[in-house]
Amino acid sequence: MEAINILEERKKSIFEKGKENHELSCDKVSLAGSVSQRACVFCGSRVVLYPIADAIHLVHGPIGCAAYTWDIRGALSSGPELHRLSFSTDLSETDIIYGGEKKLEAALDELIDEYKPKAAFVYSTCIVGIIGDDVESVCKKVSQKKGIPVIPVHSEGFKGTKKDGYKAACHALFKLTDREPAQGISKCSINILGEFNIGGEAWIIKDYYKRIGVEVVSVMTGDGRVDEIGRSHGAALNVVQCSGSMTYLAKLMEEKYGIPYIRVSYFGIEDMSAALYDVAAFFKDNLKIMDKTKTLVREEINKIYPALLEMRKDLTGKKAALYVGGTFKAFSLIKALRHLGMDVVLVGTQTGSPEDYKLLKELCDEGTIILDDANPLELSKYIIEKGADLFIGGVKERPIAYKLGLGFCDHNHERKIPLAGYSGMLNFAKEVYDTVMSPVWKLTPRMEKNGR
Amino acid sequence: MKMEAIDKSKLLRHTPNEIKERSALTINPAKTCQPIGAMYAALGIRGCLPHSHGSQGCCAYHRSALTRHYKEPVMAATSSFTEGSSVFGGQANLLQAIDNIFTIYNPDLIAVHTTCLSETIGDDIPQIVNKAAAEGKIPKGKRVIHTNTPSYVGSHVTGFANMVKSMVDYFSTSTGKRKQQINIIPGWVEPSDMEEIKRLTGLMGIKSVMFPDTSKVLNGPLNGKFIMFPDGGVTVEELESTGDSIGTIAMGLWASEAAAKALDTKCKVPYAILDLPIGLKATDRFIDAMRIMTGVSVPEAIEIERGQMLDIITDMHQYFYNKRVGLVGDPDQLIALSEFLVSIDMWPVYVVTGTPGKAFEKRIMEITAGSPYEVKVKAAGDMFLFHQWIKEEPVDLLIGNTYLKYISRDEDIPLIRHGFPILDRVGHSYFPTVGYKGGIRLLEKILTAILDREDRDSEITNFELVM
Repeated sequence: MEAINILEERKKSIFEKGKENHELSCDKVSLAGSVSQRACVFCGSRVVLYPIADAIHLVHGPIGCAAYTWDIRGALSSGPELHRLSFSTDLSETDIIYGGEKKLEAALDELIDEYKPKAAFVYSTCIVGIIGDDVESVCKKVSQKKGIPVIPVHSEGFKGTKKDGYKAACHALFKLTDREPAQGISKCSINILGEFNIGGEAWIIKDYYKRIGVEVVSVMTGDGRVDEIGRSHGAALNVVQCSGSMTYLAKLMEEKYGIPYIRVSYFGIEDMSAALYDVAAFFKDNLKIMDKTKTLVREEINKIYPALLEMRKDLTGKKAALYVGGTFKAFSLIKALRHLGMDVVLVGTQTGSPEDYKLLKELCDEGTIILDDANPLELSKYIIEKGADLFIGGVKERPIAYKLGLGFCDHNHERKIPLAGYSGMLNFAKEVYDTVMSPVWKLTPRMEKNGR
Repeated sequence: MKMEAIDKSKLLRHTPNEIKERSALTINPAKTCQPIGAMYAALGIRGCLPHSHGSQGCCAYHRSALTRHYKEPVMAATSSFTEGSSVFGGQANLLQAIDNIFTIYNPDLIAVHTTCLSETIGDDIPQIVNKAAAEGKIPKGKRVIHTNTPSYVGSHVTGFANMVKSMVDYFSTSTGKRKQQINIIPGWVEPSDMEEIKRLTGLMGIKSVMFPDTSKVLNGPLNGKFIMFPDGGVTVEELESTGDSIGTIAMGLWASEAAAKALDTKCKVPYAILDLPIGLKATDRFIDAMRIMTGVSVPEAIEIERGQMLDIITDMHQYFYNKRVGLVGDPDQLIALSEFLVSIDMWPVYVVTGTPGKAFEKRIMEITAGSPYEVKVKAAGDMFLFHQWIKEEPVDLLIGNTYLKYISRDEDIPLIRHGFPILDRVGHSYFPTVGYKGGIRLLEKILTAILDREDRDSEITNFELVM
């Protein structure tokens, strides 16, 4: 294959550990004209709020934004399934000319009367920002009329990056807090932030905390309920996963309700255990919690460890490339892959911050490529150069991996099984093992050439 | 509370039985927006990089949706609008994008489509492209074309039609010397369908230019390489030559009429608008149109394929009688499918497209005129309404895209996946449903669905080995 060129402006966003020593350029909108793997502000808000299952999620704009985000996240609900429907004001040309406020109000009326939701979110899309609908006042009016929170989400696609969408979602969530009485909440209680219950992961995590004697007041937003979020201000601690999306909310809650927060990750043995130990350490007055945590961690690791060691035998020395949304997930995955004996040769994220990348540089091995907001050409270039055996990414990366003839694991919206927690680590290892060791790669030209 | 009282085994449990008039709300759409259609069409030009002039989310969503449907890498670039571009216009972004794209990705051409955002702020794409050319940002021999795809008009089908028309507007040239070839505008069909249409024209011994042509682009082989511009698609030279063709066969009024008309106006190439060649009759009309346009005779190989399809229809016709079918999809597909179903004694009873157009409703009512059942049809409808109709009175079979699987499961009705998008099955990229061979496949699918259901539901005493 011919050598693949890299855009001059993009060189600042690429870093090879051991070879270069520049600051990684990040936190910017994609370069115009690049085949970016990134999405927009709306996408950021939509994925964060999506799992709240007893609310209406109305997308205000032309049909596309609602169509493309209809049930694309495997965020499971134990009750209502309202979040899996697609609601849109489906703006047409006349609405663009005369404004969409009337249509928005009518749509909200129809929706709330029909479904009796606990709350409604109204997502502003690009066009709403341009035609100047006063979404805020429509929401206020409907909220008064119907007696439920109707919350505008300022997620016009062009107003920043996906991260700004997370922020808009945090603002929306913050409006739902302190709406229910916080009585009867244990002193040892937490909110889980940034856990979206993909494949039922929140249920696993909640169960762990329950077993160590910590009450979970709300999960934001996996299997989320409006009333639970309404009590979340009564929790003693916010435990924030997926730091990119929810740290902002944790800060807002710290400011207003004095709730401190810690950052955790539930992927991989070390990080999962740390997530439990850190919470136990926070409630240090209650010694039972630490004892129970130790027992739980020991039991859970014992359950999965022999199987992990078995898989490690074959996986040792295999190479992995990662392209994920946030850097925090990248940290966990690097550690988890090392557990399996694998080397990480490429790490890319969509939304890393300068501090994140600094940490990432420290964590990575010599020769690892670090990329911000990569495009398919760059990803394939380094996958080929580094001889990766596994690519971990999302929907747009999957066919690239397969075309190149290497294994793939979805660690994004399309994962089907829980990858969080200890049982999730085992699932992850199995998934990695099955794809990397699959005999199908022996059929592909790349593997033939390399004689593997 | 209402929600608790309903059947928890049903995913669409929140869909009430009672139908109410909705004035402002679309629930579970049966369409999406224009730009994705333009992107799909542009991928059918060789060496073309589609470019989305808007926020970067649009491009990401379209690429994801197409990737999920085709299981292939889908390449497209974006202008990555910022707040500044929305105030001052997207000119600077597009200029920079054109420069960057030719520098790094080096396509033969860029096909720009707009979005609701750039349409509303009023960016003038040809003016910006001219400026790019004047500033030397477009290398010699490279081209930039565009089409307008305001997301708040029509649907994804409209966007597809617009991009196909732009191919004519930008490239079709009349040299004054007719070429012994015909143009085929296949409409929004799968790469496999495009391949099949080419195979049929080949069997007829006719030289043709098909545009767009996504075969080998979105159903390409695995070769261990990442190829930005796969070895498929209509070439710019071929597109230019369409102005000299003896005629155009345009398939599907919604997806292909605009381009055919434009070609007639621009280069005086006469056209015939046909339904998509799905089913025996529509394929007959396609073959006949080619015969008439070029004066060739139909070869025996095609007669045999036709005979085989007919053979299966008669062999199995007892299983088709009066089956009630519900269909959701795009107008051109639904029209052809409905005619096919009626011809084998199956009856479309509920037909919904999200794409607007009263002509669609009229055509479906004409096709189903002799129906023993009441027929309900809706353009600019949605799947929520479709589901409510089914709750009133069920059907035997569903045909439509993957989103019908919710209804299929809740109402326990077999589903044949057809149309866009298919997110959960493979096959559509490789096996056509057009032509006689495609018809055979469609029949196989219909029969399998019906007979599997019969096997599943029959009592032990009536369980049949031979069918």
